[in-house]
Amino acid sequence: MADVKKIATREAYGEFLVEEGAKRPNLVVMDADLSGSTKTKNFAKAYPERFVNCGISEQDLYAEATGIALSGHVVCASTFAMFAAGRAYEIIRNSIGYTGANVKICATHAGITVGEDGASHQTFEDLSLMREIPGMTVLCPADAVSARKLLEAAVDFDGPAYIRLGRSGVPVLYSDEQAEKIQIGKATQLREGSDVTVIATGILVADAMAAAETLAEEGISARVLDMHTIKPIDAEAIIKAAQETGAIVTAEEHSVIGGLGSAVAEVVVQNAPCRIEMVGQKDTFGESGKPAELLEKYGMTASDIVDAVKKVLK
Amino acid sequence: MSNRNYDELKETARKIRVDVIRAIHEAGSGHPGGSLSATDILTALYFDTMNINPENPKMEGRDKFVLSKGHAVPALYATLAERGFYDVEEMMTLRKIGSHFQGHPNMHKVPGLEMSTGSLGQGFSVAVGMATAGKMDGNPGRVYALCGDGELQEGIIWEAALSAAHRNLDNLVLIVDWNGLQIDGKVDDVKKVTPLSGKFQTFGWHVINVDGHSFPEILAALDEAKTVKGQPTAIIAKTHKGHGVSFMEDQAGWHGKAPNDEQFRQAMEELGGVQ
Repeated sequence: MADVKKIATREAYGEFLVEEGAKRPNLVVMDADLSGSTKTKNFAKAYPERFVNCGISEQDLYAEATGIALSGHVVCASTFAMFAAGRAYEIIRNSIGYTGANVKICATHAGITVGEDGASHQTFEDLSLMREIPGMTVLCPADAVSARKLLEAAVDFDGPAYIRLGRSGVPVLYSDEQAEKIQIGKATQLREGSDVTVIATGILVADAMAAAETLAEEGISARVLDMHTIKPIDAEAIIKAAQETGAIVTAEEHSVIGGLGSAVAEVVVQNAPCRIEMVGQKDTFGESGKPAELLEKYGMTASDIVDAVKKVLK
Repeated sequence: MSNRNYDELKETARKIRVDVIRAIHEAGSGHPGGSLSATDILTALYFDTMNINPENPKMEGRDKFVLSKGHAVPALYATLAERGFYDVEEMMTLRKIGSHFQGHPNMHKVPGLEMSTGSLGQGFSVAVGMATAGKMDGNPGRVYALCGDGELQEGIIWEAALSAAHRNLDNLVLIVDWNGLQIDGKVDDVKKVTPLSGKFQTFGWHVINVDGHSFPEILAALDEAKTVKGQPTAIIAKTHKGHGVSFMEDQAGWHGKAPNDEQFRQAMEELGGVQ
């Protein structure tokens, strides 16, 4: 993987906004004083009349986004995941969720790969919080190419969505041709396998692919699913994985409580019980450090996935 | 504007108060105090100031009203009924299972509602968003929001107040139903929000103080707001919680309680409603 091109999903978001702005005159983009970091600044430069900066007021940001959306716009409203899903949770639930407003909550800097900023900025709860809200679509792209496609799909439908984006560069996994086939609610099978299925989301999809490579050398055949849609979850692909491979490992840059692991377990226990191991943040806060160091210390790497596979197959 | 029939507005408000008490009595729960304090303001907006069409609730370019103090929704339901959006008897299912008339407003269930509210502070910020979109789109419609004075304790109110002033939203009017009471007692005792005029002025708003039960004063303020350029307007309306029913007036205990049968009869007698 050493030479693989790395691009952060937020970079893809910034480019997407500028192109989409030309196609969609009713697209409004909002931010809360982080436009340089979230990359909404690109749109702000191109379409200043359709950009609204709410300042450091995330509750106001998402309530106002509701008002603008209810006036006939599609709104992409961004801040860090911690302050979107976290600080503004109840606003998102009661204003955006309850009205079904056409707001896309494009939250960047999710997970531990925020890095040096430390625990106060490292969100592990957002997927859990967002998938609880009735009618909320929850997306977590694995790379810059699939992020573009998922963002396009998100602004194409009328209704709320949460899109989880990252700060750090991640390997490009999808070819343009593969990305064309991406559909909200349909997991992408990136690798076929028969002994175990690794269901991953976000930046851990690349690690799942690396882990599958390592496992193959040891004679273990691992299927890899990119579960880019946390809600509505692709129950069909999960049941098929449980029945055909008999064991599942989930991998996410998120708490093992409430996120992808829980969503997969909910489907498995009700339909096709099998062993599951979960790779993710283990009910603890993070700390400052380099993204790669943190992923290793907190157990969210390809080698952690390999270990989990071996455990689940015991 | 001098040929306004204030007696007619008073009569409309009286009918609305009757409907509010009937619906809350029928439901066995609800918020009469804050509904009655807001009734005259709602009457002024819906029967004089606002450009709306009951035949076409989603009319392009209409004025919009957001009830940020969502618990006062019986007054809004009754106002919309009197204005012809639906038959008033429909709202007598208030708070009953399966009813469109939810305990707090759901915009998808009742025609004429612009926003679902109930969690305090949010409706005002949503209204700021609507006014922002209105400016962006060159929409002639104006946006009105109603907050309680207790509600001003919510932080989002001041976030949104800054936004509105920063963006020079002269198409936005906030009316504060200043009844001085909240669930736990007097606002002054729980957490003081006064002085209101000074707060909004320093936040960059044009401020008008009125008696919230005087139609000439409310309507003059709403007229004045239409002439203000470059800044949003806050109308601080001094009101009495439970106004119109003597035993409810200025009593925090009537914030969220339905009258019993005896109290209902007395209220109807005072309001001249049918029993």
